[in-house]
Amino acid sequence: MATYSTNEFKNGLKIMLDQDPCAIIENEFVKPGKGQAFNRVKIRNLRTGRVVERTFKSGDTVPGADVVDVEMQYLYNDGEFWYFMSPETFEQLAADKTAVGDAGKWLKEQAVCLLTLWDGVPLSVEPPIHVTLKVTETDPGVRGDTSGGGGKPATLETGAVVRVPLFINIGDILKVNTQTGEYIARAKE
Amino acid sequence: MEHDWQPRATLKALEQRAASLARVRAFFGERGYLEVETPLLARAGATDAQLAQFVTHDHDGPLFLQTSPEYAMKRLLCAGSGSIFQITKAFRLEESGRSHNPEFTLIEWYAVGYDRDRLIAEVCTLIASLVPGLARDARIVRYEDLMREALGCDPMGDSLPVLQGRVRALLPSAEALAFEDRDQILDLVMGTVVAPRFAADRLTVVVDYPESQAALARINERGFADRFEVYCGAVELANGFQEAADADEYRRRFARERQKRAQRGLPAIPEDARLLAALTEKSLPPCAGVALGFDRALMLALGEHDIAATLAFPWERA
Repeated sequence: MATYSTNEFKNGLKIMLDQDPCAIIENEFVKPGKGQAFNRVKIRNLRTGRVVERTFKSGDTVPGADVVDVEMQYLYNDGEFWYFMSPETFEQLAADKTAVGDAGKWLKEQAVCLLTLWDGVPLSVEPPIHVTLKVTETDPGVRGDTSGGGGKPATLETGAVVRVPLFINIGDILKVNTQTGEYIARAKE
Repeated sequence: MEHDWQPRATLKALEQRAASLARVRAFFGERGYLEVETPLLARAGATDAQLAQFVTHDHDGPLFLQTSPEYAMKRLLCAGSGSIFQITKAFRLEESGRSHNPEFTLIEWYAVGYDRDRLIAEVCTLIASLVPGLARDARIVRYEDLMREALGCDPMGDSLPVLQGRVRALLPSAEALAFEDRDQILDLVMGTVVAPRFAADRLTVVVDYPESQAALARINERGFADRFEVYCGAVELANGFQEAADADEYRRRFARERQKRAQRGLPAIPEDARLLAALTEKSLPPCAGVALGFDRALMLALGEHDIAATLAFPWERA
């Protein structure tokens, strides 16, 4: 893997730090007068999600991290692993619970997700921003109430629970934003 | 990406740039300075270990894009130019950030017969004419006092491990840093702890630098370098000296920096033989000189926080 000098630091660059893959999210160049230059860098640990600050002497080098983002189709899960397939190579990968995290509750077969791979192993899974899922459980709908005010919880076929308007019934198909976890609209299918 | 061709600075910023340059020329014209131009590309470059140069070549060998016009302007002074100023581009490899563009505009001037304090007053007057809304009087403060206050220990007397311990307490993100010498530690403290505390609406002038950071400033009778830096908030605007004049002193300082470069595995920069010849054959008249970062002053005047906003085409779009 390549090494990077601080001079090549920019947002999004993937580097290895303390044995973990990390992404640079902020890089500030500091050089007082005629003195030594430093880079103050904010770094997200891609394994833990934690953000740390680190100061380097300008010119220092760090190893790059073999981290790539790939689009893959979700296939199924066996309770321990979630399986994904590349639509191009048909290669299959298994992501564990830690990597799937919160994304798991939105995943329905064939959903196209963004997987971040480190040395070929999934680090994180990002579900599609919008998903359409069927309601499997909710209080009976209140006819005629389309105000959207108030609302009630509804459980979707993947297990996610979202707040929905009172008129929603079991069996309805909903469009949901996975980033905010919010109901958007009823969908036809 | 597809809008890369467009200027980064607004038209208003470019108009202010032009007006400020005109003001600078008028400022020096009124005070009897001669405007000069010196080569951007030269056979010798600054030997400072902290400066990296863009290098190109012709059939006679390497040529260095100048990190400042200092050496050439001092040759003019030795030749009897009298007080001179220059508005020029300067180039510093790998200096890129919100306050740095690798190609930037410097205003550099040398006032024959001036001492440090008279030049400080002149620099502050020029900055005040470019950056509106600054308090009338600058705060003058000694380097060592700033460091003592920030570190809570004796910055020059205490051992390196003591200093390192203090730095790690102040700046946990620097925990893993290995420092080569005292100046590196102090540089970090200056850039990350001291300067960010300077008032944003008043100039701060740092004086009495340690001898190890003298660059080409005279060493005064108290053993400090007659060097000063002007800050506005955390932004360093100007660096000036009461100039050292002795040719042998220049040789020693060049040698010290060249040795540091060698130790750090940095490319060797030949010492400027023509400057040394000028200092030896003639002599540098007693003078004080200073370089002012014009783009940074403009950045402050415009209320911007990124030097790129002052440039038609900053580095990413050059």
